[in-house]
Amino acid sequence: MAATETYPDELRYHPEHDWARIDGDEATLGITWFAQDSLGELVHFEPPEAGSAIAKDASYGEVESVKAVSDLITPLSGEVIEINQKVVDAPETVNEDPYGEGWLVRIRLSDRGEAESLLDAASYRQLLEEA
Amino acid sequence: MSFLSLTERDREQMLETIGVGSIDELFEQIPEGVRLGRALDLEPALSEPELVAHLTELASRNVDTGREISFLGAGIYDHYVPAVVDAVLARGEFLTAYTPYQPEMSQGVLQAIFEYQTAICELTGMDVSNASGYDGTTVAADACYLARQATGRSTVVLAEALNPQVRQVVKTYAPGFGLDVVEVPHRDGTTDPDKLRAAAGDAACVIFQQPNFFGCMEPAPDLAAAANDAGALPVAHVDPVSLGVLEAPGAYGCSIAIGEGQSAGNFQSYGGPHYGFFAARSEFIRRMPGRISGETVDSDGKRGFVLTLQTREQHIRREKATSNITTNQTLLALAGLVHLSWLGPQGLRELGETCLALSRYAKDRLADAGLELVFPDKATFKEFAVRVGRPAKSAIGDARAAGINPGYALGRDYAGLDDALLVAVTEKRTTAEIDRLVEVLAA
Amino acid sequence: MKLVYEESQPGRRASSLPQPDLPAGEMPDALRRSSPPRLPEISEPELVRHFTALADRTFGIDTGFYPLGSCTMKHNPRVNERVVNLPGFRDLHPLQEEDASQGALELMWRLQEILAEVVGLPAVSLQPAAGSQGELTGLLLMRAYFADRGEGDLRRQIVIPDTAHGTNPASVTMAGYQLVDVKTDPRGNVDLEDLRGKVGPQTAGLMLTNPSTLGLFDEGIEEITRIFHEAGALMYYDGANLNAICGISRPGDFGFDIVHFNLHKTFSQPHGGGGPGGGPIAVRERLEPYLPVPAVVRDGDLFRLDYARPKTIGKVRGFCGPFGVFVRSYAYIRSYGPALREMSEVAVLNANYLLARLKDTYEAPFDRLCMHEFVLSGRGLKREHGVTTLDVAKRLMDYRFHPPTIYFPLIVPEALMIEPTETEAKETLDAFADAMLELAREAGERPELLKEAPHVRPVKRLDEVRAAKQPVVRYRFDAHQDPQDEAREPRPLEVQKGV
Repeated sequence: MAATETYPDELRYHPEHDWARIDGDEATLGITWFAQDSLGELVHFEPPEAGSAIAKDASYGEVESVKAVSDLITPLSGEVIEINQKVVDAPETVNEDPYGEGWLVRIRLSDRGEAESLLDAASYRQLLEEA
Repeated sequence: MSFLSLTERDREQMLETIGVGSIDELFEQIPEGVRLGRALDLEPALSEPELVAHLTELASRNVDTGREISFLGAGIYDHYVPAVVDAVLARGEFLTAYTPYQPEMSQGVLQAIFEYQTAICELTGMDVSNASGYDGTTVAADACYLARQATGRSTVVLAEALNPQVRQVVKTYAPGFGLDVVEVPHRDGTTDPDKLRAAAGDAACVIFQQPNFFGCMEPAPDLAAAANDAGALPVAHVDPVSLGVLEAPGAYGCSIAIGEGQSAGNFQSYGGPHYGFFAARSEFIRRMPGRISGETVDSDGKRGFVLTLQTREQHIRREKATSNITTNQTLLALAGLVHLSWLGPQGLRELGETCLALSRYAKDRLADAGLELVFPDKATFKEFAVRVGRPAKSAIGDARAAGINPGYALGRDYAGLDDALLVAVTEKRTTAEIDRLVEVLAA
Repeated sequence: MKLVYEESQPGRRASSLPQPDLPAGEMPDALRRSSPPRLPEISEPELVRHFTALADRTFGIDTGFYPLGSCTMKHNPRVNERVVNLPGFRDLHPLQEEDASQGALELMWRLQEILAEVVGLPAVSLQPAAGSQGELTGLLLMRAYFADRGEGDLRRQIVIPDTAHGTNPASVTMAGYQLVDVKTDPRGNVDLEDLRGKVGPQTAGLMLTNPSTLGLFDEGIEEITRIFHEAGALMYYDGANLNAICGISRPGDFGFDIVHFNLHKTFSQPHGGGGPGGGPIAVRERLEPYLPVPAVVRDGDLFRLDYARPKTIGKVRGFCGPFGVFVRSYAYIRSYGPALREMSEVAVLNANYLLARLKDTYEAPFDRLCMHEFVLSGRGLKREHGVTTLDVAKRLMDYRFHPPTIYFPLIVPEALMIEPTETEAKETLDAFADAMLELAREAGERPELLKEAPHVRPVKRLDEVRAAKQPVVRYRFDAHQDPQDEAREPRPLEVQKGV
């Protein structure tokens, strides 16, 4: 059921194990394979409110497994424009497909320059190896 | 006397395996400067017979309810605890088990908690109950914490007719929670819904007691409505053994129901240990404090029980937990479950009716003897306030000399009531005993 | 097995109550119960069988070895049960007049004196209902103390090591303080470098467990004390691990200002499936004015309750606290006297013996003797055989042991925290060590035995994910959907009993 370990090249990564897919003025956010593997099967997703502002490096919500709670850290600042209701209803979607169906929120970026400071796939993989 | 199992030979072998010459070497990691360096200044050890003799002597200097006819209540009551409770609590497995974090080892405890949660939900008309809180006072603090997190508001409103110790505990916790506390005075023994509504404008919750500290029946549905109108969560603090005859808080609009469980299944024990119960509507399930047992299946598909939604609790959520509670009152709650199962719905109703009938008898006889009820127009459950025509303390002294404890001196907590006693009448009292009470008070 | 509600039959009843022939009491219609609670309708014989079956499915210290780290699962003496049930204790109302409760008041006063001597701090309150509540009380004392000195707004932070029990940070939040984490160094002590940078005029205090949850006595305790006292802050001692040092070292002597006890750990109050407990606190003289009311005091030959404490933080619990717990702990301590020291010595001996037997097979993260408990890491088994600490814990059940604490403390991966306590016999320790070694062998040869464990309990491994995603937290009667009707498939008796 769980996905195989991958870190897609087209994404950007945050050291707290969150990813961003940037698409012009908008971005889709989620958690990495490593994050979902550490947590175990997710049982709950506490999303932010649509329309709320989230700030880079701050927590914008939570995910829970049976034994752990984890803050979701946003790699980029912006306004929440959509929440993935599929994950709210079936949190295990994140374990099955963390980069596709398991996306968490979409935001409208407030500062496109922030993307520069994020890790690429190779750097993120290296960070995991060093840990 | 000690409870150690090692022999001298065992110790020698063990030290050898560890690779040290003496037990002292094991303590070398403690810096010299912080070692006690002398024996503890405690009295010498007692053998088991000596211990029992000593404790018996101490116990003999307490006048318990077996040695006087007691009408003392005010939050803890002399109800009958059936023999099956003793039998169940004596099982060493229940007595000596830990919290059921390893569910396969503790299906008995987990199922018992699930059954207890069900019983509390049935009594209170709520959707979810926890596995118990410390007592009837701390569950009120828990309710305030939940309400604050759920509403974002930072005031709580307490009825003055709510048990004084409950109010005191809430006030002790409130500053740390960032909460202000407002009290609504009683009027003639009950709480005015309009005054409550006015006070609750920016309150996170309102806590009232049913029946209240004076034994009076509050207009509880109106109080809950007043809180709801003001946008505050209505919290009812209820007597578990009244809920066979009094309406469930869940049926009249409350968000949370709490209370002291002692009347259901626990001996008085000089105030503890007992159990507080905490139940709420389903929308608050993720904010509930304390442990919750939930139903599930095992890998063969068989029904079983586990602690669930543990991510609320301190061992996972740490500084963001819904409460810091860990150790609770499971064994006492188990006693409550056994008692409620022994009673059944018929027995619970009868118990309530008996308390009502006997306390009515007491009120009538006292009135006949010329003593004035403090709140004559109010319906009461098992307790009521009566004026004894002189300082309550002296009435208590005289009554006790005649082998009767006539009740609680209300003047300790409420102004203008120095001549009033709070008299509790449970199913253990007889009409003959009540007649004696009237005799000594009227004298 | 069935729930008690499933055994219910309309018309059955266990209770009998007096039925005085009297007119009914007044009950306003608006307040009357509209539909009865669905409590079980069950006879006494059925009731007794039901709870006996539940007890059969429960493993207690009375059943077998229970090495949960930091829980101190020692034997619960039976004489304590006899004395707590003496009518003079059991049937005493907490608001009884003081002249009629002298036995209870004296017992509490004596227990206070004993606890003060054990930790070296003079003022004691027995009121808190459990360790967590003791912690919160201690933090509220700090608030009151600093507010009284005009430093309340300045000192907003509490420092806690990363090995702390979750109750510590939870209590910090409930007391309205901010949390500051400090790291642990490779020897298992608080990292003094990290600490120095985090303590200053903004600090209210430290919360520390010593020995720590790693089972190690902090070698830097004297320096830690100096750092905090120089900053004008207070030191709070979490007494969860007091079983290691009774009669050997006293937190009051090594610099702590507030201590809480866990009567259900160190002093034998039975755990009862989750509680009750007792969390008394002992404090330095300068903190005494803030203690909860009432205080239990001695006045010549009499004992009384003193409410005249203008600076008290108030009440944290009803009455004087969980009195029945005091009776047991008092009896326990009177059974030992000064030989409480031997209790701690043997607790530490038993733990070191198990550590010596296990450290070559499992990873011991710190190369030191332990105190009353120790931590191992199962990560070798995970790396080599894909067998986790969870699997080890479940397989231990098949060997008739309760598993140790797992996945705590957080800083050790695949942690197993083991505390045997002093009441265990050497044969039991050896049997446990033998089982752990056998398990490590099984992990290499037949890992499925561990992954599918337990095999001999009343249930197999339970689906906790389902319980969290679809919480079913009470029986719903006609609306209840039983996942499987067990009545149709009775299981063999041995398996049902699970022991």
